[in-house]
Amino acid sequence: MKDRENLAYLLEKLCPMFVLLDAAGRIASAGPTLQKLRPEMEMVGKLFLEVFELLRPRSVASMQAIASSGAKLHLRFRDTPRTALKGVIVPLPGDEGAVINLSFGISILDAVRDYALTSADFSGTDLAIELLYLVEAKSAAMEASRTLNLRLQGAMIAAEEQAYTDTLTGLKNRRAMDHILARLTNGVTPFSLMHLDLDYFKSVNDTLGHAAGDHVLQQVARIMVEETRGDDTVARIGGDEFILIFNHLQDKEKLERIARRLIDRLEEPILFNGEKCQISASIGIVLSTQFVSPEASKLIHAADLALYAAKRKGRATYRFYNRNLTLPVVAEDGPPDGGSAGNDFSEATERRPGQDAQPG
Amino acid sequence: MHGLINKAIQSFVCNTYGKSRWIRVTEAAHLGFVEFEAMLVYDDEVSRRVLDELCRELGRPEREVLEDVGTYLVSNPNTEALRRLLRFGGVSYVEFLHSLDDLPDRARLAVSDLDLPALELTESTGGRFTLACHSGLRGFSYVLLGILRAMADDYGALVMLEHAGQVNECEMIEITLIETDFAEGRTFELGARAR
Repeated sequence: MKDRENLAYLLEKLCPMFVLLDAAGRIASAGPTLQKLRPEMEMVGKLFLEVFELLRPRSVASMQAIASSGAKLHLRFRDTPRTALKGVIVPLPGDEGAVINLSFGISILDAVRDYALTSADFSGTDLAIELLYLVEAKSAAMEASRTLNLRLQGAMIAAEEQAYTDTLTGLKNRRAMDHILARLTNGVTPFSLMHLDLDYFKSVNDTLGHAAGDHVLQQVARIMVEETRGDDTVARIGGDEFILIFNHLQDKEKLERIARRLIDRLEEPILFNGEKCQISASIGIVLSTQFVSPEASKLIHAADLALYAAKRKGRATYRFYNRNLTLPVVAEDGPPDGGSAGNDFSEATERRPGQDAQPG
Repeated sequence: MHGLINKAIQSFVCNTYGKSRWIRVTEAAHLGFVEFEAMLVYDDEVSRRVLDELCRELGRPEREVLEDVGTYLVSNPNTEALRRLLRFGGVSYVEFLHSLDDLPDRARLAVSDLDLPALELTESTGGRFTLACHSGLRGFSYVLLGILRAMADDYGALVMLEHAGQVNECEMIEITLIETDFAEGRTFELGARAR
């Protein structure tokens, strides 16, 4: 009996969550920290399996059988809070019972909250306090990293936004237009595309200077944004060249009205430092449905052809693309077109109701 | 210098003297930005300039400013996380003092690229301690002085602290513990993360 008391004394100092079992599997004594978890419950005298539910090993006959197996124990309290515990069991010599040393394992984070544990509740060699320190330290560091990540993400979005914006006019730039057009040509939604080129812009630049030119471009951009819907695309793709993309829009009359109105408004004189800047615009229009497979390069080229047709008609007007424009007539003010340009449009065909589009 | 240290100084200035004075300091130091990022590392020269301009702006000697930074880090609710991490060092002020030897390792455990100078505590009789702060981070011993002062309040201990100048490569801090349980101190619960 004296031995047992000595043992309990030692265990109390070394393993504050120990349980000393008698031969019948009853709790003979329990460590101070373990008892702290159930201040209202008198553990001594109770059957171990009455207080704790054994999760592993499953299905065992008696505590004695478990003790001799030397297995690792996974258990939890039968009453709430049902804190999970792990433990090791060692039989005492002469079938006099066993010693179980318990620990929280991963449930430590909840346990310190649920039971208001302090450093004094853990043995001096227990790494629990270090673990708690580490969890808090890492959470704080992680939080700081998360803040940095959010900021970097914000900066990235701003940079991307900038990369897709024409800084002078605030319109989308060529790169943005390429992306949008690629998305649309891969999708099923029909759309139409206008290539708008300013007329007489060069003379504004030449006579009134670049500041006037910049001012005119900004006013032109404002007008185009006003004359289009929110989900349409307006992009500046060159000095005085713009591309407008209209989602869902295939109605030629509507497109005509838009083109006419754009030209009319752009012809209104723009004031700069008291000087009147007079410009106009020519527009080429193409519908995505005019092609069996509307590729971006084909559509832009088709809009170009329509634009040159409009220019040849004396500027300040618009033209729709049609397959007769396929072979480019050498345009005075157009870019040099390769002789093979016509071949790029071998698939081009105008769709009429009741007639299947067919590759040419 | 690690962003955490720069950010600590920034936080101290903004909360004690106001954001506009901090912005003035960053402009005088030609920083080119206003906010330090806690998780980036900056050139030592940058931190140097900020500290110089800060002392100029406040019209106070560097040692005083740094000691205030140390006190701020422990006592201000904005940096409660740091106070808690320090309190993990021990259940009493004496245990905390002994844990300072591990402080650089503990810091590295949390943030692997945060290098703090080595610390060495020696205990003499009559509740007297000497803390040797090795070189590597200029002015760190003054920040430490502020931290030790504020942690004494945190534990409710009554101490006398004195910067004892430089011995060889180390800056020395002398600590005299007058009473362990002088005042109530602040509470510290292991599981108080639910904030």
